[in-house]
Amino acid sequence: MSQMPFDDLEAAYEALALAIDAAGEKREALFLTRLALVLAHELGDIGVFKRAVQTALEELP
Amino acid sequence: MRPAGKGPLDSLYFHYPVFPAGHAPERDGKRTRHPVVIVGAGPIGMTAALALARHGVRSVLLDRKDTFNDGSRAICIARPSMHILERIGAAAPFLAKALGWRFGRSYYRGTQIFRLEMPHPESEKYLPMYNLQQQYIEKFLHDAVAACDLIDMRWRSELAGIENRADGVALDIATPEGNYRLDADYVLAADGARSPIRSMLGLRLKGENYEGRYVIADIRMDHDFPTERRAFFDPSGNPGGTVLIHKQPDDIWRVDYQLREGESEEDALREENIRARVGAILADIGHTKPWELEWWSIYSANTLCLDDYRHGRIFFIGDSAHIVPIFGVRGLNNGLADADNIAWKLARVLHGEASERLLDSYSPERRGATLDVFANATKSTRFMTPPTRGWRLAREAALSLSLKHEFPRGLANPRQMQPYAYSQSPLTPHTGRDAEFASGPVCGSFAPNARLADGSFLLDRAGYGMTAILFCDGTPDAEQSALLDQLGRSDKRLVPLLVQRTGNVAGAIQDASGKIARLYGAAPGTLYLLRPDLHIAGRWKTIAADEILHTARLCLGVPTP
Repeated sequence: MSQMPFDDLEAAYEALALAIDAAGEKREALFLTRLALVLAHELGDIGVFKRAVQTALEELP
Repeated sequence: MRPAGKGPLDSLYFHYPVFPAGHAPERDGKRTRHPVVIVGAGPIGMTAALALARHGVRSVLLDRKDTFNDGSRAICIARPSMHILERIGAAAPFLAKALGWRFGRSYYRGTQIFRLEMPHPESEKYLPMYNLQQQYIEKFLHDAVAACDLIDMRWRSELAGIENRADGVALDIATPEGNYRLDADYVLAADGARSPIRSMLGLRLKGENYEGRYVIADIRMDHDFPTERRAFFDPSGNPGGTVLIHKQPDDIWRVDYQLREGESEEDALREENIRARVGAILADIGHTKPWELEWWSIYSANTLCLDDYRHGRIFFIGDSAHIVPIFGVRGLNNGLADADNIAWKLARVLHGEASERLLDSYSPERRGATLDVFANATKSTRFMTPPTRGWRLAREAALSLSLKHEFPRGLANPRQMQPYAYSQSPLTPHTGRDAEFASGPVCGSFAPNARLADGSFLLDRAGYGMTAILFCDGTPDAEQSALLDQLGRSDKRLVPLLVQRTGNVAGAIQDASGKIARLYGAAPGTLYLLRPDLHIAGRWKTIAADEILHTARLCLGVPTP
């Protein structure tokens, strides 16, 4: 896990919420998929990406 | 299918000959035991017959039809297949008629997002790909078959029964004149995707079926665009679906389009619907001139194969053994490699030069190639026909990001056919020697070609037995000469080739620039051993006589102590 300062994480949380609203309900799935693909590319580490996918997927309510 | 009012073989550009049934000598009670009977005279069966003939083996070639297959079907011939066609003496008409290509473009909603560029080094003799309708492929092969004394071609001869015994195969053949019995040492089942031999033996293909369906339609039009593969994702001419366009000779264009979810096959195949959909696609690519509808069919992707391509004395080659998705053009090309692979091995055995054990390598080598195709084709098939919402979303994300960003564009790469390397084969025992090389082709792979000073090519010099390429400046030393002598004694067809940077041994290939040595990662003393199908049986940085002789004996099916 990274050492992201809490304030930055909170800023990411806000940016995500605003972006999902900006994408609109019809396109939110596509937007989130694009976001994940961009993040995977930026991350450059398939192991970390797969762990993140698992974290997000497990115990999905 | 063809437009209303036309017969099944009523083509705009191709005349289908009608072949007579002929008279089988077996009908007069003549009992001949044939070394090889090939069932199915499609491209694979005919190539097998020609390859056997090139190795001096007679065959009887049967087909239940009286002419070639209808429709253009498999239209892409890959570079390794051109080498096979060359070596069976049939390449010339292909080169004269086919359209060679190496580029492609992929579009997303009308904008180009990927440029396909298949490498074409100047050392290669053939382009990576050639487009040619299957009727022409069959016609050109048949012209060669008809001119060959070693092939007994019998049309309108349908297999009615088959008995696979330990000492031979008995076939019951139905013809318009009546039935007769045919006896063979070996049978090649080249009887296609719905192989009757497979059913008669109670064998089944195993694997996956994919959901996405494509209509494939041929049209004739005067359309100005180079021979390239064009893929359109979500174009306005077929919203939500994919379209592929390929150019063929005679102003014929192949338009493949994906059916929408829930669209019924029956509706999709109706002529008026084909015309409407193709018309919309053509309008989308800016073709406003008239066009004519030639032929159409429907297709869905499968990855299916037999567990074993050999059953006693019967060998499955081509679609009878494996069904692969069309994306990546591997169906025809892998079938041709099957035919080439079994032909040289059977020839060795039938000439009494190899033990039957050599034939055991056919199935692992060619089934291995099929499984490798599945791995690649599954990826391209998921991209061309995303099977679920997850695959569809991921693809749309990748395609839409590709409009502005480079990083996802490779996902639209069609991953065209690459020749398979037999590195896991029982005939490739010394792959550990690859570690001695910093570069060059690995053990089991297809030998790279090289352009020689006189404009000819390295592989033009390869033989129909084993070929030993020795990189050697000056005269071979005593050890090298002794090895080449020993190889020549185990294989009377051995072709030894010397590649020299310096020196002028008669008949040697001059490589003053070191170009060939670099291509092969070779130093003076390096030896490559090529099989009759031009795959590399082994390579040694310096001579290891025991290993080289052992490898040669394995490829020759000579029992080794």
